[in-house]
Amino acid sequence: MKVLVTVKEVAVVGDEFELDGLGIDDRYLTYELNEWDDYAVEEAVQLAEAGDDVEVVVATIGPERSEETVRQALAKGADRAIRVWDDSLADLDVLDPATKATLLAAVVADEDPDLVLTGVQGGDDAYGATGVALAREVDYAWAAVVNDLDVGDDHETAAVHRELEGGVEELTDVDLPAVLTIQTGINDPRYASLRGIRQAQSKPLDVRTTDDIGIDVAALDDALTLTDVYEPETESDATVFEGDAGETADQLGDLLADKGVVDG
Amino acid sequence: MSDVLAVAEHRQGELRDVSLELVTAGRDLAEQTGGDLHVAVVGGAVDEYADALDREGVDAIHTVAHGDEFNHDVSTQAVEQLVAAVDAAFLLVPHSVNGMDYAPAVAAGLDRPLATDVVGLDYDDGLTVTRELYGGKVEGTVDVEDDWAVLTVRPAEWPVAEEPGDATVESFDASIDDGAVRTTVNGFEEVAGGDVDIGEAEFIVSVGRGIDEEENIALIEDLADALGATLAASRPIVDNGWLPKNRQVGQSGKVVTPDVYIAIGISGAVQHVAGMKGAETIVAINTDPDAPIFDIADYGIVDDLFDVVPELIETVEG
Ligand SMILES: Cc1cc2nc3c(=O)[nH]c(=O)nc-3n(C[C@H](O)[C@H](O)[C@H](O)COP(=O)(O)OP(=O)(O)OC[C@H]3O[C@@H](n4cnc5c(N)ncnc54)[C@H](O)[C@@H]3O)c2cc1C
Repeated sequence: MKVLVTVKEVAVVGDEFELDGLGIDDRYLTYELNEWDDYAVEEAVQLAEAGDDVEVVVATIGPERSEETVRQALAKGADRAIRVWDDSLADLDVLDPATKATLLAAVVADEDPDLVLTGVQGGDDAYGATGVALAREVDYAWAAVVNDLDVGDDHETAAVHRELEGGVEELTDVDLPAVLTIQTGINDPRYASLRGIRQAQSKPLDVRTTDDIGIDVAALDDALTLTDVYEPETESDATVFEGDAGETADQLGDLLADKGVVDG
Repeated sequence: MSDVLAVAEHRQGELRDVSLELVTAGRDLAEQTGGDLHVAVVGGAVDEYADALDREGVDAIHTVAHGDEFNHDVSTQAVEQLVAAVDAAFLLVPHSVNGMDYAPAVAAGLDRPLATDVVGLDYDDGLTVTRELYGGKVEGTVDVEDDWAVLTVRPAEWPVAEEPGDATVESFDASIDDGAVRTTVNGFEEVAGGDVDIGEAEFIVSVGRGIDEEENIALIEDLADALGATLAASRPIVDNGWLPKNRQVGQSGKVVTPDVYIAIGISGAVQHVAGMKGAETIVAINTDPDAPIFDIADYGIVDDLFDVVPELIETVEG
């Protein structure tokens, strides 16, 4: 069985930052493997560990910098990686789910995996849509927000739980091949071992341009245009306690006594 | 004159609140475009749902009787056909777990742009949506180039539509290709039972990822003990296995309505806030003065929890 995991590097913003045009000034950003993708990688690696002959391939869309996060997935046990990029993609100001799905669909067509795992959403732009859009592009079955996965021995169906709202899970069978979007909590993602990190250096990481995968960037629908980025006006009318920790704790203690939830 | 189609959502025999919020969002958008507002519901007790969806501003309701529960393969086919039949320019779906499970497929199938989790919709010769980035730290506006799009709408951003309306109700005969139905929903399971029901608690101390490490949870347990409060948590704490699932507050956890909710090291992501915004008094302790939790907090301490919490324990233990 072949499992393709789509991963992405996300930018993380610290407490303090400045905007620069339509983005955040690079000085305030750090980059990491998207939280949800980390669980998707783990799920794939666990499938490989449980079964014979399971190959785990990770695919990403991103500039050279993102190889660092891709190597993390390799260090955790993925077998090889594909990175799709060229500079024309950097010109798109919104890499929207449809565009990502089109690019990833070309990778899926090449690789022909039985199962594609993606994170539910990206921690930065939080579209929560690429996996399902991809499924439709490649005509695979799918399930979104999966927090339990059991692939049948015959590799024809997967039994999944979809985590709905309010502590309710939906129990669903999905025909393979399928795209599943993976929710945090489905497993306990491992840390990469030193040995894994060393091995990752020698695992194949293919870089493919849009030409290589047969996509004409000019023909990609650049349907969404970012027109403004700003810090939301704070709606806060909170009373902020001032002082050192001892003083603020005292004020909070008084408040709790006032509210009658602790003895004054 | 662009028409809007909003698709309602139901589960286990009940229309979900997001459906009536979606009616409000749809009405706002239709007023701006000068078009009609169509509402659709697929599966379940469609006639009963149609009654509930008949609110002021809704022009037409389309019922698709097919199956009892949501199945995304059915919804995808039915909604694609409906969009074509009513010639809707804009399709609105809740940004719920089920919305996430089929709206992107419909957008791909119809080859329309998709913008998800929108918190604002403005139409003036063209559509501009507002979305949050980086967990709510930044907001952005996005122009949608085509004059037709699929949009998922953030829950609890628009009020529930209350006033009754006089829409026409028509049943829509979608032709569902059962061969293209590749998922089977076998049932539902309630999770998060167990010893405590945080939903009943009157005083909650809740801990988030700011706690950093599992062994530090003991500090918050001590605080909850000292205060006589019930301990709860945001999702990452539960995902890490540091506290059981029945302690999770939020969209996929429990909705809580205590008199006092103290959020410690919790950023206030929308899915967390969905579970606790009904608390009477909200207190936040967070090092980041711009954390979204302060937007809904009544009281705040901008400081390191590892400094404040021990002091607070001392204060109450006297
Ligand atoms: C479909 C779906 C369903 C979800 N359901 C839920 C749900 O039910 N419940 C839920 O909670 N989440 C849910 N989430 C996850 C949610 O999006 C957030 O990821 C999560 O709520 C973040 O938890 P947090 O606030 O604890 O962590 P973070 O967002 O990482 O915030 C940590 C906060 O701690 C502060 N901090 C750090 N160190 C300190 C310190 N020393 N002292 C004080 N403050 C400090 C930081 O400033 C930051 O604000 C869901 C997500 C999805 C996609």
